[in-house]
Formats: sequence, structure tokens, C-alpha cells
Amino acid sequence: MPAIPLAQAPQPSKTKQEQIRNFCIIAHIDHGKSTLADRMLGITEVVEQRNMRAQYLDRMDIERERGITIKSQAVRLPWRSGLDNQEYILNMIDTPGHVDFTYEVSRSLAACEGAVLLVDCAQGIEAQTLANLYLAMENNLTIIPVLNKIDLPAAQPEKFAEELAKLIGCQPEDCLRVSGKTGEGVKELLDQIVAQIPAPSGDANAPTRALIFDSVYDSYRGVVTYVRVKDGHLTARDQIQMFSTGVRHEMLEVGVISPEPVASKGLGVGEVGYVITGVKDVRQSRVGDTITTYNNPTKTALAGYKDPRPMVFSGLFPLDGADFPLLREALDKLQLNDAALVYEPESSAALGFGFRCGFLGLLHMEIVRERLERESNLSLISTAPNVVYTVTDGSGKEIIVTNPSEYPDGKIEKVEEPIVRATVLAPAEFIGTIMELCQERRGVLLGMDYLSEDRVEIRYTLPLAEIVFDFFDQLKSRTKGYASLDYEPVGESEADLVKVDILLQGEKVDAFSAIVHKDKAYAYGTMMTGKLRELIPRQQFEIPIQAAIGGRIIARESIRAIRKDVLAKCYGGDISRKRKLLEKQKEGKKRMKMVGRVEVPQEAFVAALATDADIDKAKAKAKEQG
Amino acid sequence: MNNELAFYVHIPYCARRCGYCDFNTYTPSELSISSDLSGVSRNYIDLVIAEISSARKVSKADVVPTIFFGGGTPTLMEPKDLGRVIAAIKNNFDLAPNAEITTEANPDTVNKSKLAELREVGINRISFGMQSAVPHVLASLDRTHNPANVAQSVKDARAAGFDEVSVDLIYGTPGESMSDWQESIDTALSLPISHISAYALIVEQGTKLGAQVKRGEVVMPDDDETADKYLLADEKFKAAGLDWYELSNWSKPGSESKHNLAYWNGANWWGAGPGAHSHIDGKRWWNVKHPTAYKEKISSGQSPMHDQEELTLEEKSSERIMLEIRLARGIDSKTLTAEQISTLEGFKNQGHLLEDSWSSGRIVLSTSGRLIADRIVREILS
Repeated sequence: MPAIPLAQAPQPSKTKQEQIRNFCIIAHIDHGKSTLADRMLGITEVVEQRNMRAQYLDRMDIERERGITIKSQAVRLPWRSGLDNQEYILNMIDTPGHVDFTYEVSRSLAACEGAVLLVDCAQGIEAQTLANLYLAMENNLTIIPVLNKIDLPAAQPEKFAEELAKLIGCQPEDCLRVSGKTGEGVKELLDQIVAQIPAPSGDANAPTRALIFDSVYDSYRGVVTYVRVKDGHLTARDQIQMFSTGVRHEMLEVGVISPEPVASKGLGVGEVGYVITGVKDVRQSRVGDTITTYNNPTKTALAGYKDPRPMVFSGLFPLDGADFPLLREALDKLQLNDAALVYEPESSAALGFGFRCGFLGLLHMEIVRERLERESNLSLISTAPNVVYTVTDGSGKEIIVTNPSEYPDGKIEKVEEPIVRATVLAPAEFIGTIMELCQERRGVLLGMDYLSEDRVEIRYTLPLAEIVFDFFDQLKSRTKGYASLDYEPVGESEADLVKVDILLQGEKVDAFSAIVHKDKAYAYGTMMTGKLRELIPRQQFEIPIQAAIGGRIIARESIRAIRKDVLAKCYGGDISRKRKLLEKQKEGKKRMKMVGRVEVPQEAFVAALATDADIDKAKAKAKEQG
Repeated sequence: MNNELAFYVHIPYCARRCGYCDFNTYTPSELSISSDLSGVSRNYIDLVIAEISSARKVSKADVVPTIFFGGGTPTLMEPKDLGRVIAAIKNNFDLAPNAEITTEANPDTVNKSKLAELREVGINRISFGMQSAVPHVLASLDRTHNPANVAQSVKDARAAGFDEVSVDLIYGTPGESMSDWQESIDTALSLPISHISAYALIVEQGTKLGAQVKRGEVVMPDDDETADKYLLADEKFKAAGLDWYELSNWSKPGSESKHNLAYWNGANWWGAGPGAHSHIDGKRWWNVKHPTAYKEKISSGQSPMHDQEELTLEEKSSERIMLEIRLARGIDSKTLTAEQISTLEGFKNQGHLLEDSWSSGRIVLSTSGRLIADRIVREILS
């Protein structure tokens, strides 16, 4: 029986380095990582059968619902190897699976010596997995290629074994075959983790250096910080110090996750676990930072610490203006657990008071919005997302623009925008389609490689702004969902950009202003004026809708004055009904936003700012709810 | 005025249901009864008469100035049964000597002898559901009558001694062109009538037409075109000597519907029959909707009332503005607040109110104003 009863397993702080294996699982959403993790918890018997639930490690509702992991976790699994019959401690570090969280992924990888590359053998490797695989290889991790879901009828293990072998330079027969669902091959995988992944190196007697690879806010315990001890050790009585800030903290608790938190006497070199210091905000315990001890501090930090830098900005406004304080409270609360989220108050003539928020990327933005709405019961309008521009005005002054309203009037010397290197993986039949899309989005082809006979990797540089707009949705729909995308920032580049304003009866509506490429200004102008013409109800006077660059009108629509607004019949039985309708309409009028003399329904703002993908999503949701 | 009580009598039966209609009416097949309604007529009218007797106990009024048989299709009832209703009202109240007693009529359900009988039992005003003179428009409306029947019925009604004859028209039906509408107007005006009601078609949820529009099978005409049709009608009717006295009603001088004016003037009325609404001194109530439920209530000696509301002062004032603005007489500006007057001044300056009336202290809509009456009401009430 390879599982070891927990009490008899090697204990934290007393586990020898050569008994430890630290690994992570690299996989795409849907490729079965959480199911495999569940299976490992079961086989190593750290979770009793009766306590098992699906996706045990995914804590947030959103994670479980969307099948993605936003925050990583580390679980200590005792295991007796079937190969040498020795006792080992496996620390499984779960990594976030999305491009927005690449930095967090890289820190998780830095806490491991090896990675299980998990690929659904009915689908093959996806672009984000590939990106994370490259990241793991850069970190010199030992890669164990594993084909999952071999129980599926559509499984093609031979085909994808070849693909994996080619990517990591091994033989196709080196790929393990498992089924997280049935458990087939999972014991063998655990044994191979022991056999192939090296034990952690590190100096047990050096000053303590522990890498923070995750930091989570817990409303009862404050911030729980996940660490990997690289050198030295942490004990429960230590005073610790954050290397980046020099701030000292009392250690309230140290322990391991197995898979519920268990306090321990300490963590030895090479071990993975958590510390609790009583800090209330994850920004005081940042991912990537080095923890050392106050009494014997290290002089050199672990490499790779970065401040998370928001890439995408959007305004978030409460649908009901009275909810502004509630939104502030909700953001403050969310920030305790999300060091990457930044925000500052913003006021919009059209949308009232809200916050300009910075995100790591689109998924991060979506998750934040969803959590705000769900956890604080808020209804929000978000403005179209934009990237950060560096604008140099006529006097040579550089202005950082995170909001179209900050875009300077007058002469502009140059505008620089962030550029990314994008990788698209797709079946070869879509090469033409993908190139066309990238070309439309101002992409520059970098290269293309065949991963196998019928799958290609296409690399482009693209302005981030284009990706932020609706690139991913377009890519998915034009390739019938087969293409996958990954991107990483590669700096800034000058571009011919302009700010397009939208005017209602001559009044600028700030929420609709956008910074776009000159060639697309006209298209944006006609799209927006056309949308608004449909969305704004006719009023007693004609309403001109214009799109303008500075003082130059580039598109124009108009809403004709209303001529008929009366119900023809009003007899005895109609009177009550009609009075009640009038009262209801009076209430509705209160929810109108006034732009000059023009009444704009709240829904018009929401609909005008929504992308086609949002609309599809809303439709799908409505359908689900019947 | 509070000494008066108008009566509306609802006849909740139709031979078949028209595609646009959401009135509280039932066909023999919906009620699972034989298509011969003669037996129904007697039994149903007994119930109505019972309700009228109970009205006597509730209302302090003495005089009944008007009676209106609406539906449904009142002419599906036996004329002698309608006569029994009139008699019951006479027994319980004083029927005014010059009382206006109207029935709605479907051109398909009357002939010379029936019209003579209706006149005989005391009905002195008749309103025909003409809707359109154009066959394809009638087909879109799902109406079954032959347009030629209308002309014949109107003439027969005059011959039977009806001095007050009205026709109802509907405009804005899907597929109706401007010239179709013109043809309907001209045809109506060629008849010996004293009153016209013309309504823009309203698509109601739950009707066949509503479903067709929702499914995209039928496209409703543009509001601007419907507005143009209203203007055309108003112009033609006026030229023929029929003046507007309410948004959707035109008549020769003195031929206004007194019964309908009672609604708009906030008078007291009693609606008898299933689903019928009543109003007495700021209290409104309405009866249970289904004929079977109505029968059960009346037969067991209970009130057929389903629900009621007592209007607040503010609601009373809103209703008065909402109703009076529809009338050619308009609103007395002394009854409005300074703020309401100032809102109205904006509409006057845009040409939606008549200047002359404004100077003499009355708020009266111009033709363009009539077309946006609901909007004007919303603005002055908010």
C-alpha cells in the first residue's frame, strides 16, 4: 500500500531534503488538472473518501464554476514509492492557468523542481500551456509529459505523444498515460514524480530565504502567505522580514496544507507551506518577495521579484449612483486579496461616480467585475477597456494616459502604445483565417512552425489594444473555437492613434470616447453613432449624434423628433391601467441619465459599451435561465 | 352630477375572436357551449339584471343619463334581453327622458328586423365595428365581415330609426397603405353617420397579432406613418363636418357620445358584467373576469367585485389631467400648478398646444400635440 498514514509520514521541519519532491501541474483549462489533483488527494489518502468533493482545491465559487484556477495552492502529499519502497513527501503546487497571471505562474514554477505537463489527449496542447511549458523549461524544471483523459473515446494518445515529444525533446513512449477520472496510471505518475524530479537543493545552514509564491486573504486569519523555503528554515517562533520592504512581522503560525491547513513547528529547507503574520492586506506580503528572518537576515534576495503592472484599464460605475460607497467598500475588500488590482475614483458626466480600475488583462478584469457583482450584490457598468498610452504633447511633455479623458487636446507629437508578442496554436486549416485577423489588427508576422502535420504555431507582434478589444472572441469564432492564444508584453511602439469623441446634441459623452488607430477611427465613429441611434429613444426634438476627432466630425447620425406618443383608446376599464403605466414611466424617467437635454436610458449605455461577445454571453445566460 | 350614474353593460361573447383583440370576451368554443347563444343570452342577462339591482343598494344616484352595451358582441344577444336590461335600470333608477342608449354592433350579426327590434326596445344609438373598407386590411385584422355589409347595415339602421350612427375605424394595420386608409376614410364619410371613432392599432400581448409581431412574421408600420394617417383622418373628417372632441373621436355638433364623455369627465358609472370596471366618487373597482366566475358570484348572492382601489388626491389629479387633456374642451389652466403651466409653455412654443385657447385660459392640444399627448402628460406629472 503506497499511501502512508499522515501521522506516520515524515513531519514538516523534520523532513530530509532528499525525501522532498516539489512539483506543479501545467495544463490548459479543461484539460483535467483539478480532476487529476483530486485523484492524487484520494490515492495518497490525505482526503478521506467521504470528505471528497469535486475540484477540492479550487476555493472560490468562480474557480469551480469556470473550471479555472485563479489562485495557486500547495498540498503536501506523503507517498511511499512503488519503485524503491521509500517514504517521500510530494508538494503539489497548483498554478493558475491563464495568460493574465503569467507572473504568478512564474513564481509558482520557481518554487518547484519539476512540472507535470498535462495534456488532454483528445485536444492536444494549447497556446497558454505551451507558454507555461517554455516558462518551466526556462526555469530548468524537469518536465514529465502526461497525456490525460485516455478513457475518452476521442482520445488520440499516439498523435499527441508525438507532439509532446517534439516539443520537449523526448521520445513519444516517455509520455505517461493517465485518466484523472478513472485513476488509471496515477500511481505510476506519483512514482515517476519521485523518480524523475530532483530533490530540492539549498543550504540548510544559510540565512533563511523563503520565496512567496502566493498570498491569500482570509477574513478570519488575515493574509495567508504560501512559501517555499529555499535556504535555512522557518520556525514558529521566528520574527520574519520582507526583503523588498524591510518590514518586520511576528510569525503567528507556520504550517502545511494537507489539504486543510495544519500548524507545524516550522518548515525546513526545501519544504513548502504557509505562514500567517497577522497582516491584513496581500500587498504587504507580495508574490515574488523573499522572506528572511529578522535575527539572521539574508543579504541577497531570491531573483525574479516584480511589482504587478496593470495592462488594461476600464471604468467601473454602479448602475445605481447610490451604490458608489458600496463599490468602494467592495474594491477595498477585493484588494486585500488581489495585489494586482489598482483603482482610483473617477467621475463621468454620463455615468456619475465610479472607479478607474487597472487589471492584468481581460480575464482578470472579468473576474474582478464578476466578484464585485456577486460578492457585494452590485450592478455595474464597465466602460470599454483600454491600454496605457504614452502621449507626448507639442511641448515635448510625456503624459501617461490610462483613460481617454486624460488624452491631451491640441498638438500631439507622438503616441506610443504597448505591444505584445502573441502566439496562436491552431489546426493548419485556419492559417489563412488567423493571418487575416492578425493583419486586420495591425499585426506583424514573426514566424510560423508546424507542431505536427496538421497543427501550427503562429507568432505575431500585435498592439495590446487590439487584443483588448475583441481579438480573442474573434479568434475563437473564426476558428470554430480551435485556436488558442497566448501573449506577453514586449514593450511600446509608436502608432498613428487618435481620440474619437462622441457627441449628443453637441455635448461630449465621456463614457464613449475611445483611443483608436487612425484607420479605424471612421469605423468606430460610424459603429458608435449607429448603435446610439438605435438605443436612444426618440424625443421631442431631433438629436444629432456625431463622432469627432478634435473639432473634425467624422460620422453623423440623427434621431428624428418623436411624432407619435399616445395610446389611441382610453375608456372606462383602460383608465386605471393607463394611470399605473404613467406612474411606472415616471419612475423610469428618474433612471434616465441626462446628457444636456437628451434623456439617455441606462440600458443604452450598457448596450453601447457592450461588445458582440458580451451580448452573446448575456443571451446565453438568458437562455440558461429559460 | 353626483346624482347621475351611467351604465356600461358588458357582453362577453363573440362568435369568433379577431387576431388583434385582447378584450374580455369568449367564443362558444372557448366556453365549450353550443354555437347557438340564444340560451346563453337569457341566462346571462338574468345575471346582469341581478347586478343592476345590487347597484341600486350601493349607489346614491337617482338618474341614469346613458347606457352603453359593449363587448364582445352585444348584438349576439336577443334584442328583447337587452330590452330587459333597460327595463331593469328603469325599475331601479330614473332613466333620463333623453337618455343616450348605445349598442356596439358587428355588421355581420344584424339585419333589418334585428335593427328594428333593437330600436324598439329603446336603443337609440348604434356603433358599428367597420375597422376598414379594404378587404386585405380586414384580412390582416382577422375580421370576417364583408365591407359591403357595413354600408348596408348603416343604411338599415337609419331606416330602422337610429338617428345616431357611428362607425369605428382602425388605422396602422400591417400592410395598410396610405391610400388604403384614405379609401376607408372616404367610404366611412360617404355613409349617413354622425360620429366616427378612429384608433391606431395597438399590438397587445397575448393576442394572435402580438405573437405574429413577436415572431417577426408581421412588421408593424413606422410610427411616423401612423402619425401621418392620423393627420389625414383629422383633416378629412373636419372637412366633412365631423369635429374632434376627443383624441380618437369625431362627431357632428351635438352627436358626441355622452356615455364616453362621462369617462373622460370623471363622472360616475357602473360597469355590469364580467371584468367590467366601475367608478363612483374616486373609488374604482372591477369584476371577476371569467363569465363562469361571474355567474358563480351572482348566483350565490355575492358581489362580483374582484378588486378595488380608492384614489388618493394625487391620483385623482393625475387621472383628471390624463383624461381631460384628451378632450377638445381641454384643461382649465386654473386647475394646474405654476410648474405644470411652465412645462406646458414649452409645448405651446413648439406648437403642440392651441395658442388661442392658451390665451383664454384653457390647455387644448393641437393636432401635433394630440399625437404626443401621453408624453405631455408624463412631463407635466413628473
